[in-house]
Amino acid sequence: MTTNILEMRSITKTFPGVKALQDVTLEVARGEIHAICGENGAGKSTLMKVLSGVYPHGTYEGDIVFENETVEFRDIRDSEAKGIVIIHQELALSPYLSIAENIFLNNEVKGPLGLIDWNRSNQEAAKLLARVGLRENPTTKVMDIGVGKQQLVEIAKALSKEVKLLILDEPTAALNDEDSAHLLDLMLHLKEQGITSIIISHKLNEIKKISDTVTVIRDGKTIETIAKADVTEERIIKDMVGRDLEHRYPDHTPHIGEEILRVENWTAHHPQDPSRVIVDNVNINVRRGEIVGIAGLMGAGRTEFAMSLFGRSYGSRISGKVFKNGAEIKTRTVSEAIENGLAYATEDRKTYGLNLIEDIKRNISMASLGKLVRGGLVNDNEEFKVANEYRTSMNIKAPTVLAKTGKLSGGNQQKVVLSKWIYSDPDVLILDEPTRGIDVGAKYEIYTIINRLAAAGKGIIVISSELPELLGICDRIYALSEGTITGELPIAEANPESLIKLMTMEKPS
Amino acid sequence: MTDKNTTLERPVSKLASSLSHIASDLGKNGIFLALIAVVVLFQILTDGILLRPQNISNLIVQNGYILILAIGMVMVIVAGHIDLSVGSVAAFIGAVSGVLIRDAGFDWWIAIIVSLIIGALVGAWQGFWIAYVGIPAFIVTLAGMLIFRGLALVVLGNTNIGSFPEGYRALGNGFLTDLFGEFDVDPFTLGIGVIAIIAFVVQQLRTRAGRKSYAQEVEPIGWFIGKLVLVSVAIFAISWALASFKGIPVTLIILAVLVLVYGIVTNRSVFGRHIYAIGGNRHAAELSGVKTKKVDFFIFVNMGFLAALAGLVFTARLNLAGPKAGDGFELEAISAAFIGGAAVQGGVGTIGGAIIGGLIIGVLNNGMSILGIGIEWQQTVKGLVLLLAVAFDVFNKRRAGGR
Repeated sequence: MTTNILEMRSITKTFPGVKALQDVTLEVARGEIHAICGENGAGKSTLMKVLSGVYPHGTYEGDIVFENETVEFRDIRDSEAKGIVIIHQELALSPYLSIAENIFLNNEVKGPLGLIDWNRSNQEAAKLLARVGLRENPTTKVMDIGVGKQQLVEIAKALSKEVKLLILDEPTAALNDEDSAHLLDLMLHLKEQGITSIIISHKLNEIKKISDTVTVIRDGKTIETIAKADVTEERIIKDMVGRDLEHRYPDHTPHIGEEILRVENWTAHHPQDPSRVIVDNVNINVRRGEIVGIAGLMGAGRTEFAMSLFGRSYGSRISGKVFKNGAEIKTRTVSEAIENGLAYATEDRKTYGLNLIEDIKRNISMASLGKLVRGGLVNDNEEFKVANEYRTSMNIKAPTVLAKTGKLSGGNQQKVVLSKWIYSDPDVLILDEPTRGIDVGAKYEIYTIINRLAAAGKGIIVISSELPELLGICDRIYALSEGTITGELPIAEANPESLIKLMTMEKPS
Repeated sequence: MTDKNTTLERPVSKLASSLSHIASDLGKNGIFLALIAVVVLFQILTDGILLRPQNISNLIVQNGYILILAIGMVMVIVAGHIDLSVGSVAAFIGAVSGVLIRDAGFDWWIAIIVSLIIGALVGAWQGFWIAYVGIPAFIVTLAGMLIFRGLALVVLGNTNIGSFPEGYRALGNGFLTDLFGEFDVDPFTLGIGVIAIIAFVVQQLRTRAGRKSYAQEVEPIGWFIGKLVLVSVAIFAISWALASFKGIPVTLIILAVLVLVYGIVTNRSVFGRHIYAIGGNRHAAELSGVKTKKVDFFIFVNMGFLAALAGLVFTARLNLAGPKAGDGFELEAISAAFIGGAAVQGGVGTIGGAIIGGLIIGVLNNGMSILGIGIEWQQTVKGLVLLLAVAFDVFNKRRAGGR
């Protein structure tokens, strides 16, 4: 084996109340492609942020040894100066600048007077583009090329900085098959040129295809590092999910009734690029008192499906039919969806769920102000009373309902969001990542609330990227991959392995 | 909060809660204290001229149109927009009303109604571009500022229109007085003042009783009564001052009605709540079923209507519709809203705050004029006051932890 280019030794990173990384060790050999696997929230991105200096030296414990030298990065510039470049999932390119301008941003090719030498810039950029196999004019604006090509521009940018260790965070999540294949070939090609890469990915087939070594991380800990010869999908999956599932979920005895909601042939396209199918002919149904899970990896189209269903809040060229209690309903606007008994609690509370500068009371009443109107005016005493009832029944920890929601903890914010939707008295609730960013105790409370809603005869759809959560609370689980439902499992037949297989299944072309 | 408090802790926590209530009340009403400070300052500097009956009457009449604009502006700002066109719209509507009366021979009251409708249409025009086309309000109303200034000139044909009928002039210059004959201190005006006090007290008592019946926390009784007395005395003092001058200005009546109506609209109507929801978090409001485009549209229709009303009051006061009318009104109205505590990012702001902000600007204008301070320094001082008021607000929020 060659010498290691990078060793991260006993890295521990703590956020207030959460140990994100615990004694993590990562050894990357020079010239290899090293894959890091793990569920969402396992700590992969945190580890990479520690490595690249986003979390500066001193905010974590442990040592980073790069090229046999202990390094202490204060910020991203420090790590880039050493030749470590990270390419994030969300690309960091300026859409209005040209490819060449982006490649040399903050690293400009200058002439004798300190002015930018455009001719040489474009010439150098063209050489780099040739290296990554991108046939585009360097003066083309980045906004005019697709995501796949933008990814290549990012890599060209990394090459311009004389990269020694290239880190790609879920590089193919947003790419189509062709672009993905090209990107993976490019990685192998760069390996031949002596560049070491770390790839973070969920896609097991990709990992098997290109990586020399795989490290699996779970719950902030290194589980094991597997050499290429020993890598099997089964082994990775087992490492990724193997944890104690007992006692994290309240008991739930389903009383399942008639079908309450059915979605037929639901299709939605990307809002900016209407030729891209994001949700592809989805058919699902939910019965009274049933908790139905939708499992899917990031980018599978889970949120996009829910939001396009809920008043066309996402997407373009949306088609399909929705039936409630057997009769077709329309959900063309959010208010129409609410009137027809749908509710959608977003995965991103702070951006889409709450008015953070407003109090608990006004957030709870937001979706159903009409119910509080007496004689044309909102009865604020009644509003106070209602909010107070929810504060008690949902156990929202705040001194009064006049507390601003921005000051509450994640769990209590989520309870406010749920209160808002329960008060709107829906028949079907779609809960998107209902426990994201919430501590364990509050999670249990949220699960209890979900059970209570199901027991009251409502239909519940839970979208989650945490498989144990879905397995712990659902009665039936759909798997979504690349916008299509790839399978449906009753809870008795569902297990992490079977679900991951469905979730990573590629679209039949 | 819980009823498990032991009897020993009770009085202590009650006192503490009273004190914290008063402190938070003072914090919330800091702007009101600032107004009192400014009034006291100029009362001293002007040797008592500021609060003479005639000057109080002037203060109201001179600032009426800015206050009318500030009411609409605070709603625009709460929703996260801005309106730079209100001065030009006011001029345009003033000109239109002049032409309607002089050239088209409309009765003055029909002219007023038609002018207000045109104002609302102007607002609908701007609201259309902002809400449904999605052009930022800053751009749309900047264009509106030029467009309607230009149209005012077109309508006037580059001249002034003067000498309006008396009924029209009353909007800006009229007084309600002497209904019971002539006295040194007009009993009618005082009577209105007393009615206002009674209405205020009854409304406060009812609100308090309502909150109590829902087991909500109410402010300490002493503090509550203190505030009632304070406000009642202030209303009585103002009505006494007005009664011993010319009576109640019509402008004040218009303002009082607007403050009442818009206070209820912003606080208690679904539309008003939606404005705050949009300003606080547009995405969350949308996903809660708020029809954000419609709300945006009507905010601007309303602003157009109020700008038209301000234009009419101003024209009536000068008894002249001129092309330069309303110059800089937008800036005073925007300043009033921000001094009154509206947040630049939207979501925060009240009608009451905007009125007090407008009054602070008015007192500064009036006081400095009495002192003979030149326009150059008046501008400078007003600019600094705006900057400091908002800086104070930002500082306060940061100290409170914010986000």
